[in-house]
Amino acid sequence: MKYIYDLHKAMLNQNLILVYEGEFTQEITKSVLAMAERNMDSFGEEAAVKRKVFNIMVECLQNITKHAFSYDDDSYGKNSAIFMIGKHQDEYVITSGNAMLNEEVNGLSRKLEEINDLDKEGLKERYKFIIKNGKISDKGGAGLGLIDMARKSGNKLGYDFERVNDKITFFSLKTTISRNKESE
Amino acid sequence: MLEAIYLDGTEDTPKIILDKSNNMFEISGRSLPEDAAEFYEPILSWLEKYEGQENPKTNFMFKLEYFNTASSKLILDILSKLETIEGASVTWYYHEDDEDMEEAGEEFSELVDIPFDFKTY
Repeated sequence: MKYIYDLHKAMLNQNLILVYEGEFTQEITKSVLAMAERNMDSFGEEAAVKRKVFNIMVECLQNITKHAFSYDDDSYGKNSAIFMIGKHQDEYVITSGNAMLNEEVNGLSRKLEEINDLDKEGLKERYKFIIKNGKISDKGGAGLGLIDMARKSGNKLGYDFERVNDKITFFSLKTTISRNKESE
Repeated sequence: MLEAIYLDGTEDTPKIILDKSNNMFEISGRSLPEDAAEFYEPILSWLEKYEGQENPKTNFMFKLEYFNTASSKLILDILSKLETIEGASVTWYYHEDDEDMEEAGEEFSELVDIPFDFKTY
């Protein structure tokens, strides 16, 4: 049973205050949000920081609910993915990981590159363009989630694609939110 | 007579008031439904019916704590609908230290042609 201790240590080393692994639904999104809110309230996190963390969590969790690819429903359930929040001295780190189809990797990778190439003003213009001209997708998304995460965090999005096999790739995403308002 | 809509807020949907006879129009709280288009459909169709029988003045109050990006698209749809309603205006409330909500209101005001009034709470 050493894995329990190992997992516990890994969580402490990464300063993880919340880890959720499993199926993602709107109900689970609400529960994870409530837990994170209570956690931040418990040590009196500043309201402005709390709001940013909450907003970015919502977009991240709803992205997973909408887009995570179910690659082995029987063993892992639908939309199986991982979501974590790390709390550090100066920042919160929100990370997620989920499987996706290989053929969708290029499109997402290009989108993330474009977002990271934009500055504050560029992101604002992009957001306004899409909200005005875009349409709600079949999955219910507005195509604004990643841009919003980049805008609200004020930082570049970190990401990685790990090829699993000839069908799926594991996508990891990392958003950093500063706890120190002056440094923004 | 256009029947009023009163919806209580939940942890992921906002409180809604659309009441022509009392001249009250409000969206407040949290808006992060999974299916924003479905949630806002009755509100948009109410405004559709309201147009053409509108009160002389329609002040629409937005007092949102959080909204997700899918909701933001639907909020713009509501504002675009209000654009076609004679005498419509918006009061956009934001928490005094919530710069993101203030900025969101400013952006919406740039996207539609309706008078916006900004207030803090």
